[in-house]
Amino acid sequence: MASWIPIGGLIVVLVILVIKAWPAIIVNGVGFLKNSDWLPGNTYGAVVHTHGVAHPSGSNYGAWPLIAGTLETSIIAVVIALPLAVGAAFALTERMPAWLARPLGFLVEILAGLPSVVIGLWGVLEVGPFLAHHVYPLVADHVPNVGPLRYLKGPVGYGEGLLTSGLILGLMIVPIIASTTRDLFLQVPALPKEGAEALGLTEAEVARRVTIPWVRSGIIGATVLGLGRALGETMAVAMISGSVLGKVSPTIYGTMTTIAATIVSQLDSAATDGTGFAIATLAEAGLILAVIALGVNLVARTIVSRSGRLAAPVGRG
Amino acid sequence: MAQVNQTYASTRRRRAAAVSFRVGTLLALALVVGPALWLVLGVVVRAVPHWRWNVLTTLSQGTSGGLANAVVGTLVLMAGVAVIAGTIGVLTGIHLAELATSSRSGALARGAIDILAGFPSIVLGYVGYIALCVGLRWGFSLLAALLILSLMVVPYIAKSTESALRQVPTNYREGAEALGMSSGYALRRVVLRSALPGIVTGLLIALSVAGGETAPLLYTAGATNNLPTFSLLHQPVAYLTYYVWTDYNQPSDAAHYVSYDAALILVVLVLAMLAIARIIVARTQRHSETSR
Repeated sequence: MASWIPIGGLIVVLVILVIKAWPAIIVNGVGFLKNSDWLPGNTYGAVVHTHGVAHPSGSNYGAWPLIAGTLETSIIAVVIALPLAVGAAFALTERMPAWLARPLGFLVEILAGLPSVVIGLWGVLEVGPFLAHHVYPLVADHVPNVGPLRYLKGPVGYGEGLLTSGLILGLMIVPIIASTTRDLFLQVPALPKEGAEALGLTEAEVARRVTIPWVRSGIIGATVLGLGRALGETMAVAMISGSVLGKVSPTIYGTMTTIAATIVSQLDSAATDGTGFAIATLAEAGLILAVIALGVNLVARTIVSRSGRLAAPVGRG
Repeated sequence: MAQVNQTYASTRRRRAAAVSFRVGTLLALALVVGPALWLVLGVVVRAVPHWRWNVLTTLSQGTSGGLANAVVGTLVLMAGVAVIAGTIGVLTGIHLAELATSSRSGALARGAIDILAGFPSIVLGYVGYIALCVGLRWGFSLLAALLILSLMVVPYIAKSTESALRQVPTNYREGAEALGMSSGYALRRVVLRSALPGIVTGLLIALSVAGGETAPLLYTAGATNNLPTFSLLHQPVAYLTYYVWTDYNQPSDAAHYVSYDAALILVVLVLAMLAIARIIVARTQRHSETSR
């Protein structure tokens, strides 16, 4: 019977979220998804009613910059994390002596266990300034000023912003992808790999033609799970993004914020809105985040369950 | 001749690809391990030079003072999570592995657990604030924080319990049945006992996650400079991650030190939990090898 508690808890959470967000959904309308303003209005002034919902005069909310920021940081994170995780899993499983692979694997495990607020602290105090002084200027000065590459030009700032957040998020989801990938690689039977090598394939070709195809859908599933984690990550992004509301960053270095970071940094001031409308708007933002995370999760589950059926059980060589 | 040259070129290309693959994988590992080392050492280097042991025994004064209240608060939260989430998670795992292996409710529970595991923690914290602290008028309180944290880590515990039970060899169960044990007795005395290391490992990892959380606690546990009281309601609870988050960008050096010290204690705590989990796994593996 205990398994009804997680089910019940999840349903209660979703129902409360929808009930709390409902006034904001009515007032903010569809424009919430594409507007960029984040104006609480005059919380000590007149109260006006729209569609029967009370809110401060002048309040106008749009979540587009938050949604865009959430998606941008998460995409950067996955683009960075996937090759690093698969490469690291390879290095750890194939041809590395156990006395070396074990402590290095433990370090990757530690990365997964460190609190996100500590990673955020490190990111904002050490990584951001380092990248802004030594790495970003090199990129921004040498990238040709054509087409989509203009996104990589412009002032690099002080290290707080979109790219730093994405990179740190990427590092945070590497262990999720790497540990799954490592386990999957260890399950690939030795016989096909040895056979391929006996036919004269190099290590790289065995990886590309045997090992990775064998476990591809498992890696994709783990990557999508990591994506879900990056979408919902709060504290690290709240510390590193610069927490700037109201606009989408014009370059990859600009300050921005995400849905999760906005909820954590705005709930205090939202509680001062006597009409409760700011709280409701944050609930609506949270609902959007939950829907995105649920969607990603469903995709991952579908991929993983399909891979579970497809993985051909071949006896060990 | 042209044919030979082509073959030769392709061999060279293949060799170059093989070398760059080897270098690439090692580089990827270095780019993961390097930052991990930098992260741990960075926290140590910032905190250790001015570390004083009385941080552990004096109360916080917000942006200065010690962290005794936060250390005790974090330990209290972890203990509470061990009781609440431990009970629910282990029972759920047993239910999924032993009783609901293919039933509809089992599939439903597995889906809910997967979704909860990927649910944004800040949204859980927000719902806790709205529903428990404001809605039920509990205020910032231990119980609100424990319920939200537990909801967050139950999936980890349930999943690790389920997989630990599934790894118990079938002949253990068959042997127990052949000896005439009832299934409940066999579960308690034979199956659970051999799955215990896996269950404890999952529990430890869940506790280290709970101890390192910030987002779900900020608006449920609140903040205080006092030691935790024994009341479940209306009394805020201090915890370490709060001081990392609030003090790192305050203008005074004392505040920075509080933030770095809290970060260092958290890193040590997490390392200790992971190391214990590792030792348990290594021990049981050695035992299972000798017993074979």
